[in-house]
Amino acid sequence: MTYLKKIITRPESGALAGLVFVWIFFSIFGHSAFLSLAGTKSYLQVSSEIGILAIGVTLLMISGEFDLSIGSMIGFSSMAMTLLTVQAHFSMTSAALLTLLIVIFFGFLNGLIVVRTGLPSFIITLGSLFIIRGITIGFSKFLTGRTQLGGLETANGYNIMSFIFNNNIQVGGVAFPVSILWWIILGIIAFTILNKTQMGNWIFATGASKETAELMGVPIEKVKISLFIVTAFCAWFIAMTQTTTYGGADVLRGEQKEFTAIIATVIGGTLLTGGYGSIIGTMIGALIFGMVRQGIIFAGADADWFQVFMGIMLIIAVVINGIFRKKYVTG
Amino acid sequence: MEYLEKNMSQVENGQLQLTNICKSFGSVRALKDVSITTEPGKIHCILGDNGAGKSTLVNIISGVLTADSGEYLVNGEKIIFSNPKQALNAGISTVYQNLAIIPMLSIYRNFYLGNEPVKNNYFKFMDKDLAISTTKQELTKFGVTVNNVKRQAGTLSGGQRQCLAIARALYFGAKVLILDEPTSALGVKESANVLNQLVLLKEQGINIVLVSHIIDHAYEVGDLFFILKMGELVGSYDKNDVSPKILRSILSK
Repeated sequence: MTYLKKIITRPESGALAGLVFVWIFFSIFGHSAFLSLAGTKSYLQVSSEIGILAIGVTLLMISGEFDLSIGSMIGFSSMAMTLLTVQAHFSMTSAALLTLLIVIFFGFLNGLIVVRTGLPSFIITLGSLFIIRGITIGFSKFLTGRTQLGGLETANGYNIMSFIFNNNIQVGGVAFPVSILWWIILGIIAFTILNKTQMGNWIFATGASKETAELMGVPIEKVKISLFIVTAFCAWFIAMTQTTTYGGADVLRGEQKEFTAIIATVIGGTLLTGGYGSIIGTMIGALIFGMVRQGIIFAGADADWFQVFMGIMLIIAVVINGIFRKKYVTG
Repeated sequence: MEYLEKNMSQVENGQLQLTNICKSFGSVRALKDVSITTEPGKIHCILGDNGAGKSTLVNIISGVLTADSGEYLVNGEKIIFSNPKQALNAGISTVYQNLAIIPMLSIYRNFYLGNEPVKNNYFKFMDKDLAISTTKQELTKFGVTVNNVKRQAGTLSGGQRQCLAIARALYFGAKVLILDEPTSALGVKESANVLNQLVLLKEQGINIVLVSHIIDHAYEVGDLFFILKMGELVGSYDKNDVSPKILRSILSK
């Protein structure tokens, strides 16, 4: 009984059960395409993109905060880098680094405003969602008169950027995108920080009870601001992957990505209120997301049903999290 | 271990002296010219009704608030704490009724919160094995036997939580221990255990400040009693000069 309790109380166990269910479901209804290497690649690619974003979202959510502006930051990053490269003739690598600095500054501002005003990050970053998206569209139209830009393939430094963000790894004749590898690497780093380091202890404590954490000398403001910067970095990372893949930018890129990342995180067992969660759970959550998204297509159903499926899974996950937390965690 | 030694040397004996402390919140005067001296090896009880200024006084001692006027001396030296960490470093540790521990964190993570033992200075990896074994060992000293300190602290009973917070404070070099209503949420047996632990600590030379509205609990262990009313110190008594009955009548007047 205690052994079973131990398994159930782990934040990722619900997600693991969901993963098994989804995999079996689409193994049956997704035909052989779902189980093939090409099928595996197609859902891993979707999962990795949402997964990288969700890693930042998870760390931030465990510390008790949200960042709704990451979708806008994806759009901003890809547009800023493309503008700097195509219009201002920066090399693509320096454009990427400059963009990273700006996005880190956005993350810093989000965090600073949240900790200094004490207002919910939901509201503050809802504001920055619109501000950053507006800036992206406004600047793009003002400078080029367009909302889509291409032409990165011939830019200086494209090869290096492409090597880092848009590479392929051949496995059994199928080209797996390198973003899957990045997803795993970033996941391992985040897992280590969260579970093995002093910072990890501070992240959990800040989210579970910021008053107590502060009384014990934890620098909660620094913890939160640095995690807003981490989420901004994740958004930038995804933007780099997309921009090198498509060879250009679109001002609307990254729309609703903030919500899908939150869905993966919550399905992974992280509590919306903070203080409890897991990177492994989030990675499973992202895996479920990718499997459902592609599995529905393999099953021959209209892709729009994907949204229904994910919505239902989200609600089930939240209900289960709530029940188990009440029962075992708070005692 | 480094910080432990540092704290020990900073606080030789842990005497607190507060003189004419005043604190207002807007137009509300929470404390008016309160003067209290507390000594090592004694239990000092601060008694008072709700709104008497007990919490404000505790918050000033523990560095959460700064007094508007008045002097605060630790071991004869004038100090001004601008945050709780500074008070902790000076050996003054506060155990709050509700904020003592974080239920969702594991027991050992609570024990080391803010003082994590670090294996690698650059990456700040936590030394979990050390944290787990030390937590177990320190809890045993306070009569709490927990086989698995990786459990969430929320699974501990109220008394065990108080003991965890007290054990932690002592381990990290507290010479002055301030307890905010330590027994008000506990049953009879658990209260008795916590109070016994306080007497043992007193005998070891710890300066204990006990804030309570349960007069019987306070009288059982206290040596000196300070009564606050509407932000003013209306009396201080030695245990030999009062009875619970007299204390109660002063408080309810």
